Amino acid sequence: MWFTLDNLATAHDTHEGAAHSSTGLSNVKLGMWLFLGTECLLFGGLISTYMLYRGRVGTGPRPSQVFDIPFTSVSSFVLLMSSLTMVLAVSAAHKRDDRSTNLWLVITALLGATFVGGQVYEFTAFYNEGMGFSTSLFSSSFFVLTGFHGVHVTVGIIMLLALRGMLKNNKVPGSRAETVEMIGLYWHFVDIVWIIIFTLIYLIPA
Amino acid sequence: MNTTAAPESHATEHGLSTAGYVRIALILAAITGLEVSTYYVDFGRLFLPALLIMMVIKFVMVVSYFMHLKFDNKVFSWLFYTGLILAVGVYCAALATFKFFG
Repeated sequence: MWFTLDNLATAHDTHEGAAHSSTGLSNVKLGMWLFLGTECLLFGGLISTYMLYRGRVGTGPRPSQVFDIPFTSVSSFVLLMSSLTMVLAVSAAHKRDDRSTNLWLVITALLGATFVGGQVYEFTAFYNEGMGFSTSLFSSSFFVLTGFHGVHVTVGIIMLLALRGMLKNNKVPGSRAETVEMIGLYWHFVDIVWIIIFTLIYLIPA
Repeated sequence: MNTTAAPESHATEHGLSTAGYVRIALILAAITGLEVSTYYVDFGRLFLPALLIMMVIKFVMVVSYFMHLKFDNKVFSWLFYTGLILAVGVYCAALATFKFFG
């Protein structure tokens, strides 16, 4: 058996207001981890497709001709640091320090917006260099993969700002710390997906 | 709104202290710097393994420390890593399909 009853019994999710399953684990947390597991499959499929098609450039530009590694490195660094600010927001929420939680949530959203802005700039630059969505199999799979990731980051920013508003108006249902933690899990997930994309798509040449 | 901060020990029940998180972030930033350096410096035959190892280290560090999997119930780890392993399986299956039938 891959987990024991001891594991279940020692669960320490005893946040005030959090609903727990018969296993003793938080329902919300269990659902979020299950969701993230399925998200791995979604991005696994998209990354697989890109890896298979990245050499098929047709008459369009090759990856090495369009990728701007210094620019993407800065974007990656920004997203990585947003994971730090997010975990600091979660930590502050557990300490019931609302002011710090709000501050770190806003900073995380701003860093995320910087990343998405960089992605929009990058896509525009690629398009101007002759790499449209349907130029080649490489360009299609690249735009779908990184576009899906960008949409995830954008959804994360919306969730962060909505959470910030709900915290300010005292309208968070259930445990406040757990709610911040769940959005934090989603945010860190988009960061780890980018860790893989940055290495496999940008740094390893086709 | 309650703006009173609880003692630091309360935070460590849910993971690391603030200084610990900053330390992890600095390590991640340093690894990212090393990754980017492979674009400018010729690592020879070590290029691919080094990049993949650094990617895995960063991934595991974020999942373990920032997502608290290291400190949380093992059931969550199994849920997540099952999805991850299946995703790698999808990649291997797709690659094999194109190699043998493509």
